Amino acid sequence: MTATLTRVDVAPVASPKRRRHAPGWLAVVPLLAFVTLAFGIPALAMLNGAFTVKDPATGATSYTTANLTASLKGAYLTALLGSVKLSAVSAVISTVFGLLVAQAVVTSRFRALREAVLTASGVLANFGGVPLAFAFVATLGNSGVLTRYFGLADKGWNLYSFSGLVIVYLYFLIPLMVLTITPALDGLRVQWREAARNNGATSVQYWRHIALPVLAPSLLGGFVLLFGSAFAAYATAAAMVGSSVPLVTLQIADAISGNVLVGQENVALALSLDMVLVAGLVMAVYLPLQRRSARWLDN
Amino acid sequence: MARQLNRSVRPWRGAVLAGAALYFLVPLAASVVFTVDVPEQGITFDAYTQIFGTDGFVSSLLLSLELAAATIAIVLLLMVPAMVALRLGAPKLRPVVEIVCSLPLVVPPIAFVAGIGTVLKWGPEHLSRTPLFQTFVSIQNPDFPFVLVLAYVVMALPFVYRALDAGLRAMDVRTLVEAARSCGAGWPQALVRAVLPNLRGALLNASFLTLALVLGEFTVAQLLGFQPFAVWIVNVSGSQAQLSVAVSVLSLLVTWALLLALAGFGGRSRTAPRG
Repeated sequence: MTATLTRVDVAPVASPKRRRHAPGWLAVVPLLAFVTLAFGIPALAMLNGAFTVKDPATGATSYTTANLTASLKGAYLTALLGSVKLSAVSAVISTVFGLLVAQAVVTSRFRALREAVLTASGVLANFGGVPLAFAFVATLGNSGVLTRYFGLADKGWNLYSFSGLVIVYLYFLIPLMVLTITPALDGLRVQWREAARNNGATSVQYWRHIALPVLAPSLLGGFVLLFGSAFAAYATAAAMVGSSVPLVTLQIADAISGNVLVGQENVALALSLDMVLVAGLVMAVYLPLQRRSARWLDN
Repeated sequence: MARQLNRSVRPWRGAVLAGAALYFLVPLAASVVFTVDVPEQGITFDAYTQIFGTDGFVSSLLLSLELAAATIAIVLLLMVPAMVALRLGAPKLRPVVEIVCSLPLVVPPIAFVAGIGTVLKWGPEHLSRTPLFQTFVSIQNPDFPFVLVLAYVVMALPFVYRALDAGLRAMDVRTLVEAARSCGAGWPQALVRAVLPNLRGALLNASFLTLALVLGEFTVAQLLGFQPFAVWIVNVSGSQAQLSVAVSVLSLLVTWALLLALAGFGGRSRTAPRG
């Protein structure tokens, strides 16, 4: 308010409309040029490579959809589906537990608990990658502390498996969900709950007919975000399982580093394109949902 | 009424929080136990004392820190003038910049590095007789692989955009600049002396996030064949399991301390502009 007033006061003195516009353009140009160079060229190279094959005999390249078809067949398809399954399972579990933790924190009377959990979530959500993998290897790996202490190996436990990866992924996905859903839970008004109670609704009925429908966009948005995050994760899986669990990120890495047949590089690019499409889909679902839930919170 | 409601929920709340605490603390505690309680050796702190003497630790950590410094400098030099300019004029460009800065979210790092690898291969294949070839060689110098800085700047754009946007939202850039200008300051002076000091929180926020990103980055560096910190930890884990876990624990603590400092420092200023 005061800001706009001050601006009106100053405007007649300065009023350099032309002068203001020229630097505006110029200052954005380096950013756009950089992104074109460092991001646009690799992205186009990936797109181009995904649709070309090189004839090993003549060295001539031709455009084809063979790479994309190959990326949706056999081992590659298995990896793609494995990634989708892993991401979906860990995202569903994290959504449920994230909601529970967030609700427990939001309804708590202790302000400090809330601050502590939210801060810790901010830290843990950023804690993917190599250290996470090694923390779990030390805990539940073949010679991990808990594995030895409880003799889990004899009971058939194996960290380097699908369920092992799910347990590890929850470690950064649950905090991410807590961060995503807490603002939405804050938006649930006490009055709604009281009104429902006064009309004789039970707690279950309140959740089913009032809270969950209001939360639905945020929950779905959060789920999609977690899915995308798990889908793109590579470092944790690579440091932990090598390639014993088929995942699309591990397949791409193998193909790039030439661990499989020569000439598969372009199939790796086609797989990358598949990933970009999935990630694009995730964003296309997430952004409108986020806007929708933001509307609820603003009211 | 409200108190009664709270009491009815409390047992489950306790169970949820206790379960969460267990799940999130046990791996950390177990990692520490793993590094100090070695089978057949008993309690030993060798894993921690050996770290500095281990081959590659210092060089890989230094490389990561250098990469982080270069990335932070470039990303801020690119983003700060652009974001401030968007506030001052050229509002039509705002959605363009927002989309451009969100694009890296749509391309997972592994797909991005696949694209970079393809471009880097053009060097020897198509450009070997042009001056560009020297550029390709020099950005892949293993002592300081500038190509990683290029990649990290792109990957940091979404975080930096959000941090700076929140910071700029909390102040009136136009008034500040116009006040400075009408007091006789030039454009650079107005930016450096009036805008930047007010953006300090957002700049720190952006720098810390970028630092955490670069220190922990593994995907791009490993697949392009360089050995900064995260890649070194994985490479050393094959022969020295205890050591790699010890380094992980330490790097975690350092990253956490950084992020907690950030949360403590930026928490207030970040929540303010939301309402």
